[in-house]
Amino acid sequence: MQPPDEPTAPVSCIVNGEAIRTQVPLRRSLVDWLRHDVGLTGSHVGCEHGVCGACHVRVNGQVVRGCLMLAVQADGASVETIEGARDPLTRALQDAFFRHAALQCGFCTPGMILQAAELLAENPAPTRAEVREALSGNYCRCTGYHPIVDAVMAVSATLPAE
Amino acid sequence: MKPARFDYARPTTLAEALALLAQPDTAVLAGGQSLMPMMNLRVARPALLVDINRLPLAGITLAGGTLRIGALARHAEVLASPLVAQAAPLLPQALALVAHAAIRNRGTLGGSLSLADPAAELPACMLALDATFVVASAQGERRIPAGDFFHGLYSTALAPGDLLLAAELPAAKPGWRFAFQEVARRHGDFAMAGLALALGPNAARLALCGVEPGQRRQPAAEAALTAGDLPAALAALGRAEAMDSPDLPAAQRIHLAQVLLRRAVTQTEAADAAA
Repeated sequence: MQPPDEPTAPVSCIVNGEAIRTQVPLRRSLVDWLRHDVGLTGSHVGCEHGVCGACHVRVNGQVVRGCLMLAVQADGASVETIEGARDPLTRALQDAFFRHAALQCGFCTPGMILQAAELLAENPAPTRAEVREALSGNYCRCTGYHPIVDAVMAVSATLPAE
Repeated sequence: MKPARFDYARPTTLAEALALLAQPDTAVLAGGQSLMPMMNLRVARPALLVDINRLPLAGITLAGGTLRIGALARHAEVLASPLVAQAAPLLPQALALVAHAAIRNRGTLGGSLSLADPAAELPACMLALDATFVVASAQGERRIPAGDFFHGLYSTALAPGDLLLAAELPAAKPGWRFAFQEVARRHGDFAMAGLALALGPNAARLALCGVEPGQRRQPAAEAALTAGDLPAALAALGRAEAMDSPDLPAAQRIHLAQVLLRRAVTQTEAADAAA
């Protein structure tokens, strides 16, 4: 709930392919708005200061920290969350994370998968070190990262080289 | 952890933005990768947030031997720009070490320079590349050399109401070599120490990050490097006015700066050998 005098602004954007026109509280972050107002709870809120990567969403095709962008800044943008990410790389990564047990609690997984998909779209044949570097802004407190790197490398192995 | 209340404006012209910034207690919202954490932690509580993302300040151009990078150019754009790779090859070396991919997609050149975090890579690069900054306010436009822009810990020549528009860099001349070296605890973390070096025929420009509280060139080390005297340059860095903290004592920062200078010089020599 928000106080009745909370300042708001109009926002018109596309979320997972669907046009949305609404008022948002000025100080609501993009990820809080997606979770609490749009009902898309796949992006998670961890640190709220840009360190953990659990809040990753795509804005105009680029992965960004959902906690460091205001919802009002999504005006005119196309936003995609893990729920709406239907591209083949994302689907392949979801399968690979499952097969390689690259998650335990799953809190970091949506952010990890979106970041890994962006890496593989730019560099289909990364080294393990490059995968770790690309995922260095995504914290996982369960797996020790090894199976996550395994999963990303497994998807990479199925991709045609550049 | 949510920000305190603020008013929000999203100007579409520079004149409109400068008029808004002339009001008291404003903050410029560019990429938001430092400002939003500061607001979430309530270290920053601006009354008015001026979102400049709709201003046309993102271009990267190379003309007449000058590379101009707009303040709204995202780190990822600068990192991938062929013009930057050609005219300022130090920048992609440094930007690959700046934070993480998702932050580079959003963070801007102007934001990093205006904040002047002592650990940030870009201020050191701008000093080593002899940049000039284009700054506007409601009173007009002016140019500030990088050496006069940084005033110490999170402090710059920007006055309230000022907006950084662009950085202008002289394009790399033949015979110059560039090296950026850094040590961080994890890839993308703030630098424990970083070093930007531009080495030319009979000239050198060197700046550190993460070592001293302010951003400045190291004239004694530069003179020694120009004379080809690496031990004297290392000794000069030994006299840096390093920050001191329990997790990273001054002596360790200085040691790291010296290690990085050796690595940077080795890197430029390797580039010479390959050329």
